Amino acid sequence: MAVNGLTEADVVFLRELVLRRSAIVIDESKDYLIETRLEKLARDLNYANLGTLVADVRRDSGTITRQLIEALTTHETLFFRDVRPFDALKREILPPMIAARQASRQLTIWSAACSTGQEIFSVAMLLREQFPEVVNWPVRLYATDISGQVIERAAQGRFQQLEVNRGLPAAMLVKYFERDGVDWKIKDDIRRMVRFEQLNLLHNWPADLRPDIVLLRNVLIYFSVATKKELLTRVRHVLRPGGALMLGSAETTLGIDDSWERAPDSVTPWYRLPRSGP
Amino acid sequence: MKAIVIDDSRAIRILLKRILVAQGFEVFEAGDGRQAIDELEKTGCIDLALVDWNMPVMTGYEFIVEIRARAEFAAMSIMMVTTESETSQVQLALDAGANEYIMKPFTDDVLKEKLMLLGLSQD
Ligand SMILES: C[S@@+](CC[C@H](N)C(=O)[O-])C[C@H]1O[C@@H](n2cnc3c(N)ncnc32)[C@H](O)[C@@H]1O
Repeated sequence: MAVNGLTEADVVFLRELVLRRSAIVIDESKDYLIETRLEKLARDLNYANLGTLVADVRRDSGTITRQLIEALTTHETLFFRDVRPFDALKREILPPMIAARQASRQLTIWSAACSTGQEIFSVAMLLREQFPEVVNWPVRLYATDISGQVIERAAQGRFQQLEVNRGLPAAMLVKYFERDGVDWKIKDDIRRMVRFEQLNLLHNWPADLRPDIVLLRNVLIYFSVATKKELLTRVRHVLRPGGALMLGSAETTLGIDDSWERAPDSVTPWYRLPRSGP
Repeated sequence: MKAIVIDDSRAIRILLKRILVAQGFEVFEAGDGRQAIDELEKTGCIDLALVDWNMPVMTGYEFIVEIRARAEFAAMSIMMVTTESETSQVQLALDAGANEYIMKPFTDDVLKEKLMLLGLSQD
C-alpha cells in the first residue's frame, strides 16, 4: 500500500530511518499508521503536504527528525496494564526477593520503555501498599524511554483524567493523586521514588545498572528478531542473580533467547535465569 | 455474568450496555436507584452494577448506601460511572461501598480495564 502524498521511495526511507534510530520495524501492513500520524505532524508543523515534510527530514537529522520519530512511535500505556503481571510481582516475585535482600536492603527495578510512567508508578504504588517496610530501603526505581517527550511528561507525574481512568484502582487514585486543574498529579513522595532518564535501548546502558527486576513490556514487539535477541541477551548480563524479567502479553523469550526459563505455576508468564547453568 | 446499568440517560445506558454485552454480560437497565433496587429484588444478587451519581428519585450514592446495607447483595461489585470528579466525591463513593469509579467521559477501554481490575473480564 502506498501512502498518500509520499512516493514509494519516501516510505522506504522513513521505514529505514525509524529502524536505524529506534530499532522499530514498521511493516507494510502498518503503512496507514505512517499516513495518519505524519498527517497530524504535518498539520501541527504547518506543512502543506507530507512530501515537503519528508523532504525536510531528508535534509535535517535534528529536531524535525526527532519529531517525526516521536510521531511514528506508539506510547500507549496504562496503570497496572494487564493486571496479572502486578499480581505476580506482589505474590511471586517480590516476597522472596525482599526476604533475600534483608541484609543488603537493595532493590532496583527498571522500567526499560516506560512511556509516560504509568508502569513504574504502578510499581511504586504497589510497593507502598504491599511492602511498606521496603520504602525505607534505598530502592531504585529507574525508568527510561527513547522519547524525550514522554520522559519529560513522566517526570512531572501529571496525568489527564482519561489516563487516571485507565487501569488505576479508584482507591489508589484518592490515596496517591491530587487534582491539579483538570489534570491529576501523583503525590511527590511517590514521584520522588522514581528516576526518569532518556535512553535508547540500542545504545549503552548505565554502567552501574544491575536491576533485580526488569520490565521490558510492549516494546520488543516493535523490534526485529535480531534486536529482540540482542536485548534479551544484554538484560541477561545485567540482571542480578535471582532476578526477574517481565514482558508484554504478546512477547516471549521462547525461541528468541532460550537461556531464560518461564517461572512455573505463575498467574502470568515472567522469566528468570536458571540458577545453575546447563 | 449479569450486570445492571443504572443511569437516567438512555443514551448512556445504551452505550454501557453495548460494551457489557460484548464482554459477555446479560444486562438489565434502570433509570434511577429506586428502579434498580426494584429490579434487583427480582433478579437477586448479580455480578455488577454500573451506577450514575446524579439521578432523579434515588441517586447513585443513595443506591449504594441502601444496597450495601443488605447482606444478600454483598457479593455484587458496584462501579460508579459519573461526571463527578473531585477526590472527595470518589472517596465518598468508596466509603459507601463502591468497588470502582469511572469519571465521565470515558472510552470502551476504560470500562474493560476496570472490569479486569474487578476480575470480571473474560480475558
Ligand atoms: C507501547 S509503549 C510501552 C509502555 C509500557 N512499557 C507499557 O507496557 O505500557 C512503548 C515505548 O517504547 C519506547 N521505545 C521504542 N523504541 C525504543 C528504544 N529503541 N529504546 C527505548 N525505548 C523505546 C517508545 O518510545 C514507547 O514509549
